[in-house]
Parts: sequence; structure tokens; C-alpha cells
Amino acid sequence: MTRHVVVIGAGPAGLGAATAAVRAGARVTLLDSADQAGGQYHRMPPDAYEARRPFRICESERCDWWPGAAVWALERRDSGPPRVHVVRGPDADGDGRRRCVLRADALVLAPGAHDRVLPFPGWELPGVVTAGAAQVLAKGERVAVGGRVLVAGTGPFLLPVAASLLDVGAHVLGVLEAGTAGALLRGWTRRPWELTGQAGKGAELAAYAARLARGRVPYRTGRGVVEARGDGRVEEVVTARLRGDWSVVPGSEQVLTVDALCVTHGFTPRLELPVAAGCALLDGFVAVDEDQATSVPGVYAAGEVTGIAGAPAARAEGVVAGWTAGGGTPGRLGATRRRRDEGRAFASRLAAAHPIGRRWAGWLRPDTIVCRCEETDYGTLRDAAASRLDARAVRLGTRAGLGPCQARICGPTLAELLDTNPHHRPIAWPIRLGELANPPAEPKEGT
Amino acid sequence: MIGAGIIGTACARELALAGVRVTLVDRAGAAGATTAHGEGNVLVSDKGPGPELRLAQFSRRLWPEVAGDGTEWQAKGGIVVATTGEGARELTAFAAAQRAAGVRAEPLDPAGLASAEPYLTRDVTAAVHYPDDAQVQPAGAAQALLDAALGEGATLLPGCEVLGAEVSGGRLRAVRTTGGTLTADLFVDAAGPWAGALSRSLGAPIDVRPRRGEILVTTPLPPTVFHKVYDADYVGAVGGDAAELQASAVVESTPAGTVLLGSSRRAAGFDERLQPEILSVIAERALRLFPCLSGVPVMRAYGGFRPYVADHLPIIGPDPRLDGLWHATGHEGAGIGLAPGTARLLTDLITGRTPEVDAAPFRVDRPAVLRRGAA
Ligand SMILES: Cc1cc2nc3c(=O)[nH]c(=O)nc-3n(C[C@H](O)[C@H](O)[C@H](O)COP(=O)(O)OP(=O)(O)OC[C@H]3O[C@@H](n4cnc5c(N)ncnc54)[C@H](O)[C@@H]3O)c2cc1C
Ligand SMILES: Cc1cc2nc3c(=O)[nH]c(=O)nc-3n(C[C@H](O)[C@H](O)[C@H](O)COP(=O)(O)OP(=O)(O)OC[C@H]3O[C@@H](n4cnc5c(N)ncnc54)[C@H](O)[C@@H]3O)c2cc1C
Repeated sequence: MTRHVVVIGAGPAGLGAATAAVRAGARVTLLDSADQAGGQYHRMPPDAYEARRPFRICESERCDWWPGAAVWALERRDSGPPRVHVVRGPDADGDGRRRCVLRADALVLAPGAHDRVLPFPGWELPGVVTAGAAQVLAKGERVAVGGRVLVAGTGPFLLPVAASLLDVGAHVLGVLEAGTAGALLRGWTRRPWELTGQAGKGAELAAYAARLARGRVPYRTGRGVVEARGDGRVEEVVTARLRGDWSVVPGSEQVLTVDALCVTHGFTPRLELPVAAGCALLDGFVAVDEDQATSVPGVYAAGEVTGIAGAPAARAEGVVAGWTAGGGTPGRLGATRRRRDEGRAFASRLAAAHPIGRRWAGWLRPDTIVCRCEETDYGTLRDAAASRLDARAVRLGTRAGLGPCQARICGPTLAELLDTNPHHRPIAWPIRLGELANPPAEPKEGT
Repeated sequence: MIGAGIIGTACARELALAGVRVTLVDRAGAAGATTAHGEGNVLVSDKGPGPELRLAQFSRRLWPEVAGDGTEWQAKGGIVVATTGEGARELTAFAAAQRAAGVRAEPLDPAGLASAEPYLTRDVTAAVHYPDDAQVQPAGAAQALLDAALGEGATLLPGCEVLGAEVSGGRLRAVRTTGGTLTADLFVDAAGPWAGALSRSLGAPIDVRPRRGEILVTTPLPPTVFHKVYDADYVGAVGGDAAELQASAVVESTPAGTVLLGSSRRAAGFDERLQPEILSVIAERALRLFPCLSGVPVMRAYGGFRPYVADHLPIIGPDPRLDGLWHATGHEGAGIGLAPGTARLLTDLITGRTPEVDAAPFRVDRPAVLRRGAA
């Protein structure tokens, strides 16, 4: 019988996986909560769509493409890969969604990552936005988040965001990279040969840098935003020089008047589905082998859940995962594997060049909000953490991470402060009580 | 004291207050196990006349005096509703028997019910108000109890797992732990659902088994549910047989605005895997009571393992087979509510005071506790 592969996430990794699984002879169900395929990278406004041809795999006869389909739970069984529980609607958050259950011979998890932002005093003020949100707004709606904007944080994502802001007419006051020049250089140049396959990426960054230079936007390393202030909205930010461990150099503070601040401290993989499937993690990402197989038989992972390396690497991983999941001949795909390995090397260099400084929590004050949903402050958390209660009891007591975002924003921060696993979210996508109460018909194979 | 859940912390506090020097050990941190994976209902409504009800009534009297800051103590009262003719007859008879046993159980007419719970279904055949039902935030309550115990001179050793016993002359002299050997005059097993395993490792097995329960949490809502509201089947589920899945609706709101929907009961060992069809049953039951919640998103599900004894009574007292070993466990789905009463009873027995409730029904020497092949 033909193998059935379910691919969750239709970003570069999931699209690669679906394509390769079909090529390997399998039947594929590809689903994404978004109503368009393409994932983060391609998430752009309607007018930008015209430039893009539809993804071919979504029209393949062997691939059932389900847009607006969110996976809300993975059900582990005694044998075989987990069953995939889906709410599927005209749109993934709208009315009239239906529940379905998919049974597969193999699963490919490709749910991507989301922006990570470290807290600092005032980060909850309106006008402080993630770089990802600013980017989507700029590229999508052609709207700048503000007139006078500062871009700060760490990672190569700072540059494209600043460039897009310039393109939509914002006055970008500067780009502040918290990493010191030394750390950046060490990370980027330790093994230059590993970058050959990623030359495109290097050129991309160079082009962004040139764009900033043309716009006379200063790029400074070893400097970060340590506070945002304002009355009901960000009006000014305090920047400071940071040491290698991100502690503040006293006396280096400067105040800048802004009307928006974009921050990014890298990306956090969306681990709820891998964790629900029982996959082992390694250094905060899903652990995978040469074939992208996770520790759970029949479950593969690809893309940013296994490391942050950009879209081409995510696609290469997806292709390897899909090929293996689809029953393709083992060991094939030499060139793709090489691209994948180069991507992984690039990812570890990125991580090395842009580490989160150990002492960042030094920016926090007792009244700094850590969990925005529940308004739990740093002082409360620190006291509770010192109480020798179990981390779970601390979270229940302080409510940190228990609000509507379910620690998707503050989870990594809580994990550092409390030593908890922030990714345990058996309900991976909100499901309405009414939907939950209507069980789907018997699990169906495929569609 | 082996185990720092709600039972271990409550007992440590009460013993320390009585002048006993207490060391509390837990293989993890305090209050992170069952106590942080359930709800905090402090109920008299779900118990029929008998020893558990007497312990619950006693415990309910003690709760306000032990509840301090951070426990989120709310004496909000409970409402039990029946939705069928048969259910109405059972509920009415049950409430009458409870009243005879001293429980405040006030029948509500439809108008009274509608003003008490405006969003509740109108398809109700009988409703009873229990003003004495209350709730706490269990992990916060355990922390308050722990802080009080530490304040009275008790010590806590987190990250310390008890592995075995050192017995001589028929007496438990010491326990071997991951942190070395600990000697004491008395050892109390407060290991919750792991009491079966712990007691086996100490050479005096008791039959306590895990009984899995799951709870759903909605996103925060404006006030919609004002009491703790249960369907009358709750009563049946509490007493029922362990093996098959049971679910009855328990709906309550928390101070954070979320609504908790509980809960299921089933024997599944220590298997934590999520089972969507069980969540479906919980949701379906809850919606029968509050159809208006149908469009509300569930943002979280969690569950834990109730420490279950086949005769549905906790185990509180000395082990007849091993001097120096005591048990305070097996509270199934009522350990939060029963914690202060259990602690007082245990302390009275240990210090030789006359207990206020009869301890005999909770003794270790019962068929359900000592039956052969104890799990
Ligand atoms: C604004 C922006 C600009 C970028 N620009 C560049 C660039 O110029 N060059 C570059 O190389 N990289 C860029 N990146 C990074 C690039 O987008 C990522 O490397 C790439 O998208 C990762 O691919 P992925 O398939 O792993 O994840 P994603 O593209 O994030 O795709 C994951 C998909 O899974 C879906 N999903 C998640 N959870 C569920 C669920 N429970 N149920 C159903 N579906 C689910 C999501 O909706 C999403 O569509 C950019 C990223 C962003 C955010
Ligand atoms: C879904 C659900 C809903 C519930 N709702 C309610 C409710 O509304 N009201 C109510 O009253 N009750 C409720 N309960 C029941 C209540 O949670 C339990 O009865 C109570 O928490 C049991 O407390 P405990 O201290 O005995 O066990 P635990 O909290 O599990 O504590 C036992 C401790 O012992 C430790 N331990 C175990 N073995 C060892 C060892 N060898 N060495 C050292 N330490 C060890 C563990 O780490 C643990 O911390 C519910 C339970 C569930 C699962």
C-alpha cells in the first residue's frame, strides 16, 4: 500500500518535505494553519503574491494541501507515529472549523520558529514591537511601525528589518547589535570554508549593510536597549554599552527620543508539537539524525525546529526528511545533504556569533514585567524561585506563563529564571470547547 | 516526612506546631507533583454520610485558619445540578442524607438558581446549594503550609529521594536516600500516588495506585461562573470503580479569569500521554451545564495522578507491620480539601492527643490497603 506522510507546516521545510515525499512515491497530506503556503519567509501581503507563482507541490495529485488547518494535538499511541488532530476551517482561527484526525505512516514536523524577545523595563509599552512584526508590517502592508525607529537586539535579522523600514520611509535612528564586535568576528570567521555554500546569505547581508550605509543608519555593536519609557506609549529609550556577557557598562547610558522600537533576540523554535510527539531535544532544538529522524520512530523534523539557519537550509532539511519519511531509497540526495550540512554549520556559527549574554537579567528591575499576559514581575519570580518550590508550583503561584500566549513569549526567559520546560503545551493550538465536544468520526486514513 | 505535596507540607506544619522536629524530604521541589496538577476544590458536597465526610467537615473548619496569603482561599460555595428526572431524585435524596449529617445543603428553585448562576443551562431538574464548598490554589496553599512549617523550625530537603529502609529489631531506624542516610524516630509516608512504590521499597507495601485525571483551562473570561458548579454525576464518579473512564462536569472560575473544566477519572498507570477523546468528554459534559461557553477557546490541558485506594478512603496512621513507619496518603481526588484535617488527625495520633474525628476508618490495617499483590 502507498505510504501516507503527513507534513505539518508549509514553510520552506514543509514544502521541501512534501515535494520529496511525493517524489519518493508516498501520498502526502500537507497542512498549515495559514491560508497560504510558504511559511514565515513568504508571508506577505496580497499585492506581493502576484510576484509569486503558487507552490507547485500544492497542486500535485499526490499531495492533499490543507490550508487553514491547525494541528491542536498529537496523540501518542502504543505503536506507530502519533495521530494528528486537526481543526480545519475556512480559516484556522475562524468559525465553522471542523475536527479531523489523520493517521499516517510517517510524520514530518516543520512548524518553524517565532521571534524571541528578552524582557527589559518598559518592553510592554505600545510602540515596542518584535522585529518580525515590524518586518511583516513593512513588507506586507508597506507601513512603518513609527517615524523615528530604533532597531536593537542581536542577530542577522536586525539588518533586513532596518532595510525594510528604510524602504517604507521610516527614519531609522540606528541598529544596535548587543553582541560585541569580538564575539561577532569569532563566530563568523572561525571556519570560513563552512560558509561557501551559504555565499548567497553572505551577499544578502552585505546588500543590507550597503542599504543601511546609503540611508546613513549607524550600526553599532556591543550596545543595547536597557529600558523603554513613555506615558502609555514608548517615547524614549535608554541604550547602554554592553560587555561580552551583556552586563551594562556603568555611565554609558544614552537617552534617545523614538516613537517605535523594534527588538529581536533571535528565534525560539516552536517545540510544542515535537514535545507532544515525545521527541528528544538537544540544546533547545529537536534532535535529529542524518535522515532528519527524531528519537520517535516514524517522526521526522525539519526546518527551524532543528536549528535557525535560514530558508534554503530549512528547505534542504525538509527534502531529506520527506524523502526518508516517504520511503525513498536510503542514502540518496547527496547534494541536498551537503547543502543541509552547510546550513547546519551556518546555524551553529550564527548561534556562536550571536549568543545571548549570560548577564542580561541584570537589566531587569524587581518591577519589570516578565510575563506580559499575567503581568508577573521579575521580583516576584525571583523570590518564588528562591523558595525551593518546584518550578511548576512557582508558575502556578506567580501565574507566569499561564496566560493566553501560554509562555510562547516569555517561555525561554522563564526557562532561564526557573529551570522549567516551557514547551510542554499538550494543546498546541487553541480549540473551542464546542469543537472539542464534537469528536470527529473514526480516525480516517488520509482524507 | 517523605513527600512535600499538600499532605506532607500540611502534616509538617501541624507536627512542627506541636513541637515535633520535622525534616521534610522530596525527590523534586516542594508542591510540584499531584498537588500542582489538580484543582483546589475543598468540598463537602460530593461526600455522602460516613468517615470521609466527617474528615472533610473537620478539614473544612480548619481551612480558614491555616489558609494564609497566596492560597487564594475563596469560600464561594458550590451548586450541584441534576439534568434528568432520575438525577433529580438521586440528588434530592443525597442532599437530605447530607443534611442529616450536618451539611448545609439548600435546595434552589429555578429563580434562585438563575440569579445565582445566570449563564447556567435552564434545563435543570434539581439544584442544591452548598455554601460551605470552597477553593484554594493548591500549589500556593502548599507553599503557605510549607512556609509555616519552616517558620516553626522544620527543614526541607528538596531533590532527595527515599530509596530504601534500614530496619533493626522490627523497627524502621533510617531511610536510605539519594542524599545519604536519614535517621529519625518516626517516618511518615506522604508520597501521594507513589506511596505504593515507596512503601514497597520500605518493605511494608500498601495498595495505593494512580488514577489519572485531566482538566481543561479556558482563556480568561469576564465573570461567567460564580460558584463551583457540578453535575450530579460527580457524586457517582468519585465513588466509582477505578478502571473505566468516568467524567463529570466540575466548572469553576479562578481569580485570573480562566475557567477550569474538570475532570476525568481513569486507571492508566502513570501514563501521561494526552488522549483527545477524554478531553472531548470533559468538554461535552461542561457544555451541558454552560452551553454559552461553546465558543470559548481552551488554551491548556493538564492532568495528574490521584492517589487511589480501592475503598476510597485515605490511609492515616501507623503501619502495623513496621514500627516507626506511618502513612498519610491515598486521598484520591480530595487531598487538597482533606489536608488540614489529615494533618491534625495524624499529629493527634502521634502525640497521643485524642483526635476530634474517629481515626479507625483510616487505619492501615484494612483489606483494601493491605491486600496481597499490592501495586
Ligand atoms: C519576516 C521574516 C523575514 C525573513 N527573511 C529571510 C530572508 O531574507 N532570507 C532567509 O534565508 N530567511 C529569512 N527568514 C527566515 C526564514 O523565514 C526561515 O528560515 C524559514 O521560513 C524557516 O522555514 P520553516 O519551514 O522551518 O518554518 P516557517 O517558515 O516558519 O513555517 C512553519 C509553518 O508551520 C505552520 N505551523 C506552525 N504550527 C502549526 C500548527 N500547530 N498547525 C499547523 N501549522 C502550523 C506555520 O503556520 C508556518 O507556516 C525570515 C523570517 C522572517 C520572520
Ligand atoms: C485532575 C485532578 C483534580 C483534582 N482535584 C482536586 C480537588 O478539586 N480537590 C482536592 O481536594 N483534591 C483534588 N485532587 C486530588 C489532590 O490533588 C491530591 O489528592 C493531592 O494533591 C495529593 O497530595 P499528596 O501530597 O498526597 O501527593 P503529591 O502532591 O503527589 O506529593 C507527593 C510527593 O512525594 C514525593 N515523593 C514520591 N516518592 C518519593 C520518594 N521515594 N522520595 C522522596 N519523595 C517522594 C513526590 O515528589 C511528591 O512531591 C485532584 C487531583 C487530580 C489529578
